[in-house]
Formats: sequence, structure tokens, C-alpha cells
Amino acid sequence: MYQILNTLYVMTPNSYVHLENNTLRIDVEREKKLQVPLHHLGTVVCFGNVMISPAIMHRCADEGINFVLLDGNGRFKARLESAVSGNILLRQAQYRKAVDVQFTLAIAKAVIAGKLRNCRQVLLRGAREAADVSDQQGLSETAKSLANSIRNLSVASDLDSVRGIEGDAAKNYFSALPYLVRRDIRPFFTMNGRSRRPPRDRFNALLSFLYSMLMNDCRSAIESVGLDPQLGFLHSVRPGRAALALDLMEEFRSILADRLALTLINRGQVTERDLQEREGGAVYLEDSARKIVVTAYQERKQEEITHPLLDSKVPFGLLPQLQARFLSRTIRGEMDDYIPFLVR
Amino acid sequence: MDVAEIDDPIMLSALQHYSYCPRQCALIHIEQAFDENVHTMRGNAVHERVDEPGLGSFEGVRTEYALPVWSEKLGLIGKCDVVEFYPDGRIYPVEYKHGKKRAKAHDDIQLAAQAICLEEMTGKAVMHGAIYHHSSRRRREVAITTSLRQQVEETVKAVRALLASGKLPPPVNDARCKECSLKEICQPEALTNKARQRKMHVELFELDQ
Repeated sequence: MYQILNTLYVMTPNSYVHLENNTLRIDVEREKKLQVPLHHLGTVVCFGNVMISPAIMHRCADEGINFVLLDGNGRFKARLESAVSGNILLRQAQYRKAVDVQFTLAIAKAVIAGKLRNCRQVLLRGAREAADVSDQQGLSETAKSLANSIRNLSVASDLDSVRGIEGDAAKNYFSALPYLVRRDIRPFFTMNGRSRRPPRDRFNALLSFLYSMLMNDCRSAIESVGLDPQLGFLHSVRPGRAALALDLMEEFRSILADRLALTLINRGQVTERDLQEREGGAVYLEDSARKIVVTAYQERKQEEITHPLLDSKVPFGLLPQLQARFLSRTIRGEMDDYIPFLVR
Repeated sequence: MDVAEIDDPIMLSALQHYSYCPRQCALIHIEQAFDENVHTMRGNAVHERVDEPGLGSFEGVRTEYALPVWSEKLGLIGKCDVVEFYPDGRIYPVEYKHGKKRAKAHDDIQLAAQAICLEEMTGKAVMHGAIYHHSSRRRREVAITTSLRQQVEETVKAVRALLASGKLPPPVNDARCKECSLKEICQPEALTNKARQRKMHVELFELDQ
């Protein structure tokens, strides 16, 4: 029985989130907008200017409900952490393994292999479905180059070469993504490689927003299995950076975020009017688009997919949890190798 | 004093977990990998049992719910779901379990440990207790025999050694797993299938084209 608890995203400015009996209640302008039983909630994510009562924060801490604050653009600000001690032995092992060069390299290679394989699947699937021959060609050629990168990865002998291979492969992948956008709307969703901080085109703005939600889920997963999110294997330590959550996120980027962005664009659920360019070139999502994207992301998390190692169907939303658990098993030496989640 | 003698007390529930499956015990008490479901279920169950009619309605029987108990001698600490104090001086612990009436050694060990705690606390002998099975609403009386008391002492030693080692015993991957609430955390099938793991890891860098 796999149960995936809901994430509640509070996006309306000036919402007041508070506790009423055993429910979380949201008022806007003193009017009740929503009331949810606490036991349905796994996470509460508040965007921007949302008011929160101390009582609801205490209760969420007691119940182990994650409480996350993001700024209006979806960038991580803070999280409410309760006194869960986590697993100190696991963390000790994590700290030891992080200075073990061979182990670090093996994890980095597995994580990037997972990422590139899943990216490649997105391109291959696009190539199969592409009506236009030149699109098809562009996609299969890039898929081929990713296959080469994966082969090179298997013989990479240090972290720098892994990062180099990943960098080149990502550049190729992002240059091919526009082939997956419907031809008639392609001009509005052009993409000149990946740009962030701030994103400089509509496609990138959409990706950044999705990645920040995915990042939150990966960080929660890492923390809930008792690992330290700040100490990664591929991503190096930097204050304020959840390096291990970034490591875990790699294998999910294309399947949970990129593919969803493409679907939203191609189905016309998100249009060029939903993403506005600011003076100077930064692009952000309008409120309308945020709601659409968040809802689509939540729905995506409920969809089921076969997990190859578990050999059973699990919801997409549970993948970060499951993989974080396997990562912790690898760190504790219960599994010899980390095996990323691969889509077929 | 030897450092080993001032170890933290062991939770009564750890004895039951250990005798059911040593890995389950390690997951809960070493890894602290508490399944939310277990927590929630426990909470709900306690409320249900407090609401259960008929309890404590015997004349002269005083019933204590969620009574803290301990043993300095064995280094145990925990709570009894229910302890009945009879007018004739008998003390009778009752442990509540989900599921149908069924004899389970690990439940008996937990009950016996409670009895040992109650004896040390009150100075009175506790010769019997019961397991109450919630689904079938039946009590199964358990005699606190010498051999059961011995099993408690052995289990305490084993749990202490396990906690001191800080190691996770491998998954058992047998019939026990089906009923285990920590199955999703433990992942017995995936973890014991080393051949599959190796194959998948090799295939990770191999491409069919």
C-alpha cells in the first residue's frame, strides 16, 4: 500500500493559513476559501506573502507535516523543521562516504547516467512522434550523442570528467528540446539553451518553476530518510545549497519537469500570455500560469509508473522517496550500487 | 561502574519488534525510520481502545490505561495499554493488538516483560496477563511462565547487543514481511535480489543501439 500524501500549495497573496480543530483552514479577506483535514497533508508550501498562524506551525511540526516557504517566484526561502533527530548513524556514514573518492565517483556516475538516460528517452519518444523529418533527425541525432556521453561516463575516472560529460550532454539536450515544441507555437517558446537566475525565455521560466517544486520534493525525500541534504556526491558543498537533493533530482528532471513543461505548452494549457517578459529580458510566470502548472504537477505525481527495481507500480510522486531510500541503503552498504530510476 | 551497565533503558516494544524480526527492531530503534502509518495507527488504536465499552466495568476492578512501567533490573521502560488491579490483589496486564486472535510468541514476550516490570514496581507477583485481539474482540490469556521470563531476559540481551552494534540485520524476506508495516521502508524483495541489482547496474551504462 503506497500512499502519497497531498502537497498543499498556497499561492493567493494575503491568504491566512490557520488551525481549526484538526483541519488546516485558509481564509482570504476574512472569508473561508479552503479547509483540509491535517491527516491528508504531507506538505504545505506557501508562495510569497502568506500569513501563517503559530498554532498551525506547531501542529504541522507535531504531525511531521513539512512546512515550506517560497518567495513569489517559487524560490526556496525557508522550511519549518521539527525535532526529528533523523538517523545519526546514516549521517555518519554519509559523511564518511563523501570523502571516499571511489564511492563519490560511483554515485556521481550513476546519478548522471540516470539523468542522461531519462533525457534520452524524452528525445527518442519525441522523435518517434515527430511529424516533421528535420525535427525527427535533430532529435535522434541528439539522442545518439547522449548515448555516446553515457558510454563515456562509464569509463570516467574522476568527478571533473563526470561533470564535463554532464555539461556537454545537457547543452546538447537543451538545444534539441525546442524540436519537441509544436511548430506553430515554437516562435513563442524559443529556447536558447538553459538560462536561470533569472530565466530569460518562456520555456526556461516554466522549467525553473517546475524544478523548484521538484527540488522541494527531493529535499523532503532526502530529509525524511534521514540524510543530510547539504552534503552531496556530485554537487559540491556550498553554504545554503542542498547538494544531495540536487544529486537526487538529476534523474527526475526530464521525466517530471521537462516532459510536463512540454505537455503544458503543446496542449496550449500554458500560452505565451501566461509568461511575461520584464524590462531587460527576465521572464516570469503570471499567477494564472502558476496555478495551472502546480495543478498539472500535482496530477502528474498521482500517475502511476512501474518501478524496475521494485517491480511494482508506484505513483510518480513517490519516486523521490523511494530513490532517496535506495540512496541511503547504498550509503549504509546494504546495496552495492546506487541504481537510479529509469523510464522505459 | 562499567559503562555498559548504564546503558539507556530499552523500550518494551523493542523486545516485541526484535522477536518478530531483528531488522524491524533495528529500523525503528536504530535508524528511527518511523513509518508515519505506524504512528497514526497506534494513535488511532489507543483512542479506539479507550472508547471500547465494557472495560473497567467489573465491580471493584480498577483499570489503568497507558500506564508507564519500568524495570531497573533489566533496564526496561515502556507503557502498558491496560493494567487491571483486582480486589484480591491480582495485577493483570492486557496488551491490545490489531488483527485476529492468534498465538504469537513475540506478543507473549512483550506481555511477560510488562509483567516483570509490574512485579518489580509493586513487589507483587504477576502470574497472568492477556492479549486482546481487536478484530475478533477476544482475549487470549497468557501464563507468565519461567521459560517466558527467560526468553524476555535473552531478548533483552540480544536487543542491547543489536543497539550497541548500530548495524542493520539483512531483510528476512519471508512470510513475516507480508504483515510488516515497515515493508516499504525495508524493501525486502529489492534488497535481497542482489543479482537483479547487479544486472541493472551493468545495464545502466549499456545502450541497445
